[in-house]
Amino acid sequence: MNNILSVVTFLPLVGALLIAAQNADAKRNVRWIALWTTLVTFFVSLLLWWNFDTTTAGFQFVEEHAWLGPLKYKMGVDGISMLFIILTTFLMPLCILASWVSIQDRVKEYMIAFLVLETLMLGVFSALDMVLFYLFFEGGLIPMFIIIGVWGGKRRVYASFKFFLYTLLGSVLMLLAMMAMYWHAGTTDIPTLLQTKFPPEMQTWLWVAFFASFAVKMPMWPVHTWLPDAHVEAPTAGSVILAGILLKMGGYGFLRFSLPMFPNASADLAPFIFTLSIVAIIYTSLVALVQEDMKKLIAYSSVAHMGYVTMGIFTGSQQGLDGAIFQMLSHGLVSSALFLCVGVIYDRMHTREIAAYGGLVERMPKYAVAFMVFTMANVGLPGTSGFIGEFLTLLSAFKANTWVAILATTGVILSAAYALYLYRRIIFGALEKANLRSILDLSPREVAILAPLILLTIFYGFYPAPVLDVTATSVKNLVQNYQSAQLTSAAALVP
Amino acid sequence: MIYAAIVLLPLAGALIAGLFGRVIGDRPSEIITTSFLFLAAALAWIVFFQVALGHETHTITLFRWITSGELDTSWALKVDTLTAVMLVVVTTVSSLVHLYSIGYMHEDDSRTRFFAYLSLFTFAMLTLVTSDNLVQMFFGWEGVGLASYLLIGFWYKKPAANAAAIKAFVVNRVGDFGFALGIFGLFYVFRTVNFEAIFAAAPGAAGKTFLFAGYNVDILTTLSLLLFMGAMGKSAQFLLHTWLPDAMEGPTPVSALIHAATMVTAGVFMVARLSPIFEFAPDALKFVTMIGAVTAFFAATVALVQNDIKRVVAYSTCSQLGYMFVACGIGAYGAGIFHLFTHAFFKALLFLGSGSVIHAMHHEQDMRAMGGLRKKIPWTFAAMVIGTLAITGVGIPHVTGFAGFYSKDAIIEAAYAANTPNNYAFWLLVIGALMTAFYSWRLIFMTFYGETRADHHTYEHAHESPATMMVPLAVLSIGATFAGVVFISYFVGSNEQAFWGSAIFRGEHNHILHNMEEVPGWVGLSSFVAMLIGFVIAWVYYIAAPWLPAATARAFRPLYLFLLNKWYFDELYDFIFVRPAFAIGRFLWKGGDGAVIDGAIDGTAAGVGRVTARVVRLQTGYLYHYAFAMLVGVAAILTWLTYNGLFGGALK
Repeated sequence: MNNILSVVTFLPLVGALLIAAQNADAKRNVRWIALWTTLVTFFVSLLLWWNFDTTTAGFQFVEEHAWLGPLKYKMGVDGISMLFIILTTFLMPLCILASWVSIQDRVKEYMIAFLVLETLMLGVFSALDMVLFYLFFEGGLIPMFIIIGVWGGKRRVYASFKFFLYTLLGSVLMLLAMMAMYWHAGTTDIPTLLQTKFPPEMQTWLWVAFFASFAVKMPMWPVHTWLPDAHVEAPTAGSVILAGILLKMGGYGFLRFSLPMFPNASADLAPFIFTLSIVAIIYTSLVALVQEDMKKLIAYSSVAHMGYVTMGIFTGSQQGLDGAIFQMLSHGLVSSALFLCVGVIYDRMHTREIAAYGGLVERMPKYAVAFMVFTMANVGLPGTSGFIGEFLTLLSAFKANTWVAILATTGVILSAAYALYLYRRIIFGALEKANLRSILDLSPREVAILAPLILLTIFYGFYPAPVLDVTATSVKNLVQNYQSAQLTSAAALVP
Repeated sequence: MIYAAIVLLPLAGALIAGLFGRVIGDRPSEIITTSFLFLAAALAWIVFFQVALGHETHTITLFRWITSGELDTSWALKVDTLTAVMLVVVTTVSSLVHLYSIGYMHEDDSRTRFFAYLSLFTFAMLTLVTSDNLVQMFFGWEGVGLASYLLIGFWYKKPAANAAAIKAFVVNRVGDFGFALGIFGLFYVFRTVNFEAIFAAAPGAAGKTFLFAGYNVDILTTLSLLLFMGAMGKSAQFLLHTWLPDAMEGPTPVSALIHAATMVTAGVFMVARLSPIFEFAPDALKFVTMIGAVTAFFAATVALVQNDIKRVVAYSTCSQLGYMFVACGIGAYGAGIFHLFTHAFFKALLFLGSGSVIHAMHHEQDMRAMGGLRKKIPWTFAAMVIGTLAITGVGIPHVTGFAGFYSKDAIIEAAYAANTPNNYAFWLLVIGALMTAFYSWRLIFMTFYGETRADHHTYEHAHESPATMMVPLAVLSIGATFAGVVFISYFVGSNEQAFWGSAIFRGEHNHILHNMEEVPGWVGLSSFVAMLIGFVIAWVYYIAAPWLPAATARAFRPLYLFLLNKWYFDELYDFIFVRPAFAIGRFLWKGGDGAVIDGAIDGTAAGVGRVTARVVRLQTGYLYHYAFAMLVGVAAILTWLTYNGLFGGALK
């Protein structure tokens, strides 16, 4: 039990090594190994959740080993990171299944890339050492590059190029900031850094440097334009990981570093974040309305939904943070599911153009139901997981600033417009296009992928307590520290 | 247990029909959902007698929903008189509509889906009315919106149905935007979303102000107005009404259940439920009165000239909802809910009756292609006449009358007693009553009287509907006839306070009940007179001198077109909202994302690209570049750490 976190993190890597030992022609073996690896990882990770103590705010399952020189290998989770690990291990088997038929070239390398990616993503959420975090955080992009660059669509070079440029700038600045933090605090240990009080002017610079990296990952407006291109070019499972996990790293970074370590800068710059968040919600929703490519539409909708997350985080309140985390988890289920839904018909018709579809309900009733559930969750209908996060973040925004709440709430109108308009054009209407007449409904494999997502989306919509209970204590602690930091700095201003 | 059963039976029916409908077949799905609903209706009437007449109220908490910091919401069932009335209305009409649909939808291929949606709607509506907190109410509120969306678009091959479904959902979302902000604001002020706690604290917030959108405004007035925005959307009030007429694209039983008797009255229910808040926001109540009065008038004018039988009834619904809001706005909640109660019977009757006409006419809805049907479908005719007598409020003053006679007259008297500026509310409602009589009788005359204008084949084959459709009409006819005379003494008047108990709150400045008893006698007669005039004009126009309508339309052509085109609201909204939204979206996409942001990125990229291209010519060259950059970074950090670790320690 002592090193269960490392076991979960590195199990996928073991699977990757097993696959590496396979013959490249043994596609079947490769797929099954990958599936079993991810399933075992998922079940082991459930032990983490099972044994997680929701009453304490501190880190749990902590492991610490000496490593390179002054660097430590330190891992652990708290209420903020815990469920991102489960989300990652949960989505992975679905990704493997979603690639079962659609990936036929270089299956071995593909599966290795995914398993390595899983290890790196799990590392991001469990690293308790800054350098270790950095390694996982930046390293995760390499397999993602490969996945888009090798198995991607026609413009994959442009897409990965764009991704690269955006990320490079952020990474460099974050690295510099980490150096400065070490210089000031004398450690790279995250729990220690969380207790460190950085001087306010230094906080601002550090905050900006971290922001550069996290804002790109989120992505926040106006550094979001890599996302639609990356999604469009990525294979379905790549989009699932991109939307489901990689985007969450930005939000997680804000929660792990920016808010608790630089509380005064966060408070000062909150209006800036609110502005970007609102622009993201309204601007990208309007852009989503006019998209002609399904994946682009969902990608833009993701940016809008991440706007609620950044807004919620920087309210610095219990509801805002609980809501932001819930929104990220829910988005991890819902947008992943929407990309999977796109993948289902892309595999059949080889086009993502909305105009190429219409009237699918006629031939694909099961698919229509699944798509409807996720559309409604995307729209934030109460009774789906999409509602809880949106509601909590907006609730917290009202206290922070009523204008922010008003403007951000217009998102509920716009999301209904673009999501239902998409659904109508693909699913409803008469089935007129000749090539759609023989399209087949969901296969058992596809049902197996989508059914768990449907169940969880609805279950957490009615009973979010299992999630909110995990986050509550850690968030409460974070919020208290954040607020007392404001008070201390306010007191310091009084002569 | 009994409460849970009422709410959960429709859900069970919906799940069985929705998930297993294909397996168990059409007929079993219909029977299961319908019988579950009848059972729920029977239980609801038991609860009505226990709670409303026995003055008990109960709240049962089921399980935790959203908890975060001070926010603590649970799934709960709160049953007081107001809820009991709604339970009876919803389950009774719903069960009759289920039964009716067995006949009406018998040729449809996806009947199980239809029944699953109907039951799902009923479940959502019941969670709305049994809620003990704002968030569960919002769940029900949006849940009925979902069901409405699915049912309007039920015939998904029709482009008009799809468009109407989206319109209904999005326009309702505009209202829900306000509702949601109202909830956020109430939580901000009171730190809770539970009714009991908010109601207890509301008097303390009366007259206080807070900063909202940069202005210092009255707390309860602002929040009441925001909440009312939700009510305007759901109840299709003036400005947010445009979705309701289009919603008639859905099957007729849906129009009867959702878009007449139940869902659209949710806004009225909301104002009554939140009366402990609204009563401390007099300015908000004035706004409610005004919107209600304007809607009652506006919708009636449009109904005068519509030719589609369902659209006439739809605008009539819109107008009647306006009456209910006027009642709430002037503080006569009992009268408002009473009209909601009676209206559910006669409006469901009129819609289901129209459905029976449409059924007989092989899906013809245009009244210009009807006429002379009373001999062909006498029972439907009788039902429609009873519905019309009820909605126009026929009765003998001080003696007895049909349902609307009691409830509408109570509202009109209250409107007079409220003494609005220039008595505008009273006069608009009286004129509305005149128009109601005109368009209702116009419908009867155009459909059932005169020479038929239907083609020979259709007319000859016009036939009475099956028993499953006629029984609901009969039951509703009884309701439309007697609901007023039987229940008036409970809902309105001197016994009112005992009946409603704590379910409805009246502020100390609310003297409407007292004032109602002092209105002059002519006021009570005014609506009777208006009703008579409306009837006579309709008779002259459509029976005595059938050439008059066309001549009048010609003489007042601009006005006629204005009304026929529903005051051009659709065109206006299309011009100021829909088109700009798409235009701005396109501009931001191509201009903002494309030219500005990507332009900057690609410019930089081109510079980097030239360098990179020389170094690595592989497609994945950037990848190596990136990995290289990262390794350099890690190397730098390690160097830094080692350096500081060695010397930092030594220097201490």
